[in-house]
Amino acid sequence: MDIKSTLSKPPSSSWNWFSFAAPSRFYFLAKKIIPICWALAFVLGAIGLIMGLLYAPTDAQQGDAYRIIFIHVPAAWMSMLLYVAMAFWGAMGLIFNARLAYRLSNSIAITGALMTFIALWTGALWGKPTWGTWWVWDARLTSELILLFLYIAYLSLYSAIEDQRKASKAASLLAIIGVVNVPIIYFSVKWWNTLHQGASITVTKTSMQSTMLMAMLIMTFAFWAYAFAVILSRVNQKTLDEESHTDWALTELKRLKANV
Amino acid sequence: MQKISTLEILLAVFKRDISLALRRQSDTLGAVFFFALVVSLFPLAIGPETKLLQQIAPGIIWVSALLAVMLSLSRLFNDDYQDGVLEQLALSICPLALIAVAKILAHWTYTGLILLCISPVLALQFNLSGIAIEVLLITLFIGTLILSFIGSIGAALTVGLKSSGALISLLVLPLLIPVLILGTLAVDAATANLPYSVYLYILLALAVLASFFAPLACAAALRIALD
Repeated sequence: MDIKSTLSKPPSSSWNWFSFAAPSRFYFLAKKIIPICWALAFVLGAIGLIMGLLYAPTDAQQGDAYRIIFIHVPAAWMSMLLYVAMAFWGAMGLIFNARLAYRLSNSIAITGALMTFIALWTGALWGKPTWGTWWVWDARLTSELILLFLYIAYLSLYSAIEDQRKASKAASLLAIIGVVNVPIIYFSVKWWNTLHQGASITVTKTSMQSTMLMAMLIMTFAFWAYAFAVILSRVNQKTLDEESHTDWALTELKRLKANV
Repeated sequence: MQKISTLEILLAVFKRDISLALRRQSDTLGAVFFFALVVSLFPLAIGPETKLLQQIAPGIIWVSALLAVMLSLSRLFNDDYQDGVLEQLALSICPLALIAVAKILAHWTYTGLILLCISPVLALQFNLSGIAIEVLLITLFIGTLILSFIGSIGAALTVGLKSSGALISLLVLPLLIPVLILGTLAVDAATANLPYSVYLYILLALAVLASFFAPLACAAALRIALD
């Protein structure tokens, strides 16, 4: 897309779904959203942790060991959701041939891999006191591990191809192919039916006490806000880097340098 | 100029890949010997206890087959890409996805089919029962087809890269885990005299899905590389 022609138009009058596909507009929008996301992440994270660690009751069977759930479950949810989001933006990139969509997809990958790692790590910490072992070859654990491998595959394919445009396209294609794995993770509990406890939350009824549930949901929103903040920052950084030949990016870079 | 039909192009591509494989005997047979060697390494590492070996034999043979197929994948498109043949094929009147099918079937013929031929002998080394060997052969037959189809996506995505060997495995192996699970489960069930046909049906379903979608993904990946 030609930046100059989009900039010369009055921005507010001709708004449509593709308005923010212009990197310059997206950059300034994201710049406004990022601080809000950081604030939300810190505030919600603090509230969720205080509720979860201080006010939620002790679990009848697992004692206080269960409290890692407030990190573990949001991270596991984010790990799966981010994979779908990564594949979605990859598909958008391939369909509309939009640079910004590729940048979003690439930026999500690292945070997604981090979340998967956190979910696995906290899962091991949780498994030791409750199951008596760091790791079992259970369906959900195994598929979360596979998810980590899928993220690593995406990231290594992206970094292995030198031509950045080809790398984005190839990695996006891989993400779309890999996304078939995410439902398998979700339904694997029913398929293989092993050691891992069944899902505690269902749409109709939950087996969790309400303070626990509230704390977990608040922590999930905190993780969301964190993910938005880092992903948008990464996109903006990529935008400035790759669009550094344009006028608006140059002036923005100069302004940033002057502020340092 | 003489007109050539799509089928003739596909047959020509298939025959060309087979004859290339026959001329590169060290590569083609290399994968087979690799398969036999890796399978034979396990008893040496684990110990000669018959019962234990019998129990883990399906897993060993399946994992070794996976690795052997991975070895041969890196040449599936790379040689044609290097000497420009791939570009010519992409320009032909025949859809690139169909050409991918021809190349994948050729790949299966010179890897999967040969692995299939020697796997009964390897299974006998592990003292598998007759019915278990039969089911192993059926699962390997369907399974290696899926390996070739899904593996071709990895080969297409890494076309033109300098060191693609490890990367292909990293891209493809996670996607092949369901096949591995189903294949070994079927053989385990047959060994224990349990019904195993359900695993074969799911494997067949995966094979049908893979043979339809993988060539399309493969063609898209090749177009990205040729872009």
